[in-house]
Amino acid sequence: MELIYGPWPWYIGGIMIAIVMFLLLMMGKTFGVSSNLRTLCTICGAGNKSDFFKFNWKTQKWNLLVITGAAIGGFIATNFLSTDMSIALNPATVENLDSLGFENAGASYLPAELFQFTSIKSIVLLALGGLLVGFGTRYAGGCTSGHAISGLSNLQLPSLIAVIGFFIGGLTMIHLLFPLIF
Amino acid sequence: MKSLSYLAIGILFGITMLKSEAASWFRIYEMFQFQSFHMYGIIGVSVVLGVLITALIKKYKIKAFDGSSIEFNDKDYSIKRYLFGGILFGLGWALSGACPGPMFTLAGAGFLPILIVIVFAVFGTYLYGVLKDKLPH
Repeated sequence: MELIYGPWPWYIGGIMIAIVMFLLLMMGKTFGVSSNLRTLCTICGAGNKSDFFKFNWKTQKWNLLVITGAAIGGFIATNFLSTDMSIALNPATVENLDSLGFENAGASYLPAELFQFTSIKSIVLLALGGLLVGFGTRYAGGCTSGHAISGLSNLQLPSLIAVIGFFIGGLTMIHLLFPLIF
Repeated sequence: MKSLSYLAIGILFGITMLKSEAASWFRIYEMFQFQSFHMYGIIGVSVVLGVLITALIKKYKIKAFDGSSIEFNDKDYSIKRYLFGGILFGLGWALSGACPGPMFTLAGAGFLPILIVIVFAVFGTYLYGVLKDKLPH
């Protein structure tokens, strides 16, 4: 049972993601989560402001069901499939984070210092992070699922450029900006 | 029945994101510090299998469950949009520790502050839609 209740090793995670991609292809669809953000804009009436949001969102109902499932999956995994939510980080990572002001990194699933409603700084940072993800993913035409998984699997050069971009951005944030922010 | 299938695939995806720890902010930080193989292993295995699956579907012209043919669309070539968009996404991914899929998984798992990230990700997509024609693509 430890196989299910403990954290899953990387190869199981990788195999399961490939299975999810395969099942969506067999359903005649493509694995790409960020399109849902655009669909949500359309549902909120963004079609009045930009033609980019003028499409029949019902054609994307299937993808909204996938993210609804992703949320339900998160609930099930946390409440019924986990005994311990701590993350076994590299001790060097724990030390790095400690010097930035994150105590006991990995003792919980997410850092309490950032994921909270009681600090203005945390709220602003979460909002900024979300804004960049939402803007960047549509600008790039996909996120980790659409480019890094589906796109690279189909040997798409644009997806490789996007993934290189993901890393330039991520490395810049953590190595150059984190010491200034935290 | 089809709706239930999509929901079930999503549930499988959500459980995978949470249990493989790909939805943990800490794992994303550790990945960008190159201090663990974990995230590279997850992405690497899924891409290697994905390449195989895609090639096999094309080679043997495997049909979808409903008998229709499976289409793969080539992405339009450009450098600017993928590079600039990708960099902005990467900055946000590292800061919030969540890409679009895991965001919803974390919300379902009960981490409510992630709702701030989701709301602003939708708003960010909206801003892109409004500013799209003014950006280099």
